[in-house]
Amino acid sequence: MNRIVDHPILGPLSEAEVVHIIVDGVPFTARKGEMIASALIANGKSTFRKTVKRNEPRGIYCGIGRCTDCVMTVNGIPNVRTCVTAVEEGMVIETQMGSGEWQ
Amino acid sequence: MNQIKREIVVIGSGPAGLCAAIEAARSGAQVLLIDENAKPGGQLFKQIHKFFGSADHRAGVRGLDIGEALLKDAEELKIEVWLNSEACGIFDSTNVWVVRDKQHSITVQAQRIIIATGAVENSINFPGWTLPGVMGAGAAQTMINVNRVLPGHRFLMVGSGNVGVIVSYQLLQAGAAVVAIVEAAPTLGGYGVHTAKVRRAGVPFYTSHTVKEAHGNGHVERATLVRLDEKWKEVAGSEFEVEVDTICIATGLTPAVELAFGSGCMAVNSPALGGLVPVHDETMRSSNTAIYVAGDVSGVEEASTAMEEGRIAGLCAAHSLGYLGQGAYEARLGVLTRNVNALRSGMFGQKRREAKEYIVSSYGAHR
Amino acid sequence: MSSTESREKRLKVDGAVQISELHQTAEYILPDERFTKPVAVIECIESIPCNPCETACPVNAIVIGDDITTLPKIDPTICTGCALCVAACPGLAIYLKQQHWGPSLSYIAFPYEYLPLPQKGAEVTMANRWGEAVCSGTVIKVIKSSRFDRTAIIHASYDSAFYEEVVTMVRL
Ligand SMILES: Cc1cc2nc3c(=O)[nH]c(=O)nc-3n(C[C@H](O)[C@H](O)[C@H](O)COP(=O)(O)OP(=O)(O)OC[C@H]3O[C@@H](n4cnc5c(N)ncnc54)[C@H](O)[C@@H]3O)c2cc1C
Ligand code: SF4
Ligand code: SF4
Ligand code: FES
Repeated sequence: MNRIVDHPILGPLSEAEVVHIIVDGVPFTARKGEMIASALIANGKSTFRKTVKRNEPRGIYCGIGRCTDCVMTVNGIPNVRTCVTAVEEGMVIETQMGSGEWQ
Repeated sequence: MNQIKREIVVIGSGPAGLCAAIEAARSGAQVLLIDENAKPGGQLFKQIHKFFGSADHRAGVRGLDIGEALLKDAEELKIEVWLNSEACGIFDSTNVWVVRDKQHSITVQAQRIIIATGAVENSINFPGWTLPGVMGAGAAQTMINVNRVLPGHRFLMVGSGNVGVIVSYQLLQAGAAVVAIVEAAPTLGGYGVHTAKVRRAGVPFYTSHTVKEAHGNGHVERATLVRLDEKWKEVAGSEFEVEVDTICIATGLTPAVELAFGSGCMAVNSPALGGLVPVHDETMRSSNTAIYVAGDVSGVEEASTAMEEGRIAGLCAAHSLGYLGQGAYEARLGVLTRNVNALRSGMFGQKRREAKEYIVSSYGAHR
Repeated sequence: MSSTESREKRLKVDGAVQISELHQTAEYILPDERFTKPVAVIECIESIPCNPCETACPVNAIVIGDDITTLPKIDPTICTGCALCVAACPGLAIYLKQQHWGPSLSYIAFPYEYLPLPQKGAEVTMANRWGEAVCSGTVIKVIKSSRFDRTAIIHASYDSAFYEEVVTMVRL
């Protein structure tokens, strides 16, 4: 787990409702209200998509919705910026291949 | 398309936009503050360190606590805030096209617009730079301090300016290791008290060094560092490897100027403040007299200066609509100008002050 | 790792301030053996726009003045050792020190913003400005006060042979 459970300035991690998501077919748990990217990193996943031409893996770069490096297919919709999109119960998230296709 | 009217629309709710909205509302104007994010505050809530400055700038208080206080002020002043609302364009100088919740388009006709859209982190290219595990220093800061997840455990920081050094310190606080901080220049960029803080925690600095290559199978596993000579050329044979799983890039920010330039604001080049910025006068008014700018978008500095600039923009925009008597306006502007100048003094501030003076001096030429 | 040895050791190259650099700065005052209680020591040698140390001090022992980029200057003879400036300094550049606290023992109280915190009475490793282990130390108390705003202040004693070298402890 990559969660920061205690912190000298921010204090202990607060309780949060658990949200269930499916990532590439695997069930993950997330904290209600957190961004998809953060849930994925907490669960140890760092590749969010593969590039169009060379099939290279990509992860987050800017973390604030500016660079589109973190886009994934979410509930069938491609190119969702996961660093600024919150998780929802039952969300289906897939590593995006290339420019992504609507499903 | 829906259309509504507001006196002043502030775009971006970071420290600059929040302060602009608060100052304008205090002056009596009707303000709408919009931000594309789900939460207000811009970069402020990830800044968990105590700020520099003086009591006028709330020095010694942590950025996130300053953010809370500003949100409270905004609430008490009953400022209208739209979150999840992206400003997609400005047309005819005063109409802001906003898309709310990614679906509803609405046009806000404003008498004055304050653009406070912040900045974007620069990237640098080297073999392997696209591997997962290479990210902006600000992205790592967002992950640890806002989302409370560690995007890695062993970090390499590229860049020794205040952002690189502050984020390194915060990575240590979050429980990660910072293996090295590299700086291409022969001397470190950040405040000595910041570098001393991380050095004391055992983190080594490498001046005249850069990252030559990132290695790893599907994710960063190692990085090659190389020394640079006086002409910033790589010194053959000086390469060595560090074992890291994350490489953070802190090589500067570029103002987020798309909206400003799209609306016809004239540009001036300010290399010291991040590149092309909208020309503005000392009241933060752009070449388009209905549009004001503040914070990183008008030249990258830091949160304290962004707040002061925001206040100036909010005050002056409200005054230009007839709010506040001349005496009260001038007195307040005097205080705010003194505050912002105090932050632009000393060995670190001088360059920024000169760059700002150059921007302001170009204003006449662009009108 | 290579090329560390040859590096010049000074603040703007190495990140840490050298004791020799401190000695060239009139504002750095290390209290000598005549002091009977720990007092504040400031290692802030660049003119940055900052003055919370001055405003925090209830007895005006630290002076910066109207130009907030002036280096802070302390008068250790009026400092009461309350540590308010230690916690207020955003640069974590202030600690309290006393040379002769006990037989061959010096005293330090330094800011600490990491977890876990050491326990009272614990043996810890004291460190220099480079984070290197210098000697062992004993934690006398750990103060967490709302007045210090989440900056813990750790009080410890250590071998007075390393009075000036020690500035913190090795993180746990
Ligand atoms: C990730 C990151 C981390 C940083 N960390 C530090 C640090 O630790 N220390 C330091 O001194 N400086 C730091 N900086 C520098 C920082 O830019 C300033 O400290 C300060 O936050 C600038 O304030 P601002 O209000 O100008 O911009 P921001 O705080 O970036 O706020 C801009 C706001 O505008 C919004 N916005 C942008 N475009 C639109 C649009 N079209 N429609 C609607 N809303 C929009 C954004 O969502 C954001 O909320 C950091 C910068 C970044 C990018
Ligand atoms: S320790 Fe207390 S009295 Fe001494 S300088 Fe600091 S704030 Fe002033
Ligand atoms: S508060 Fe700290 S960093 Fe600021 S001037 Fe005083 S000693 Fe220097
Ligand atoms: S990481 Fe840049 S948009 Fe998400």
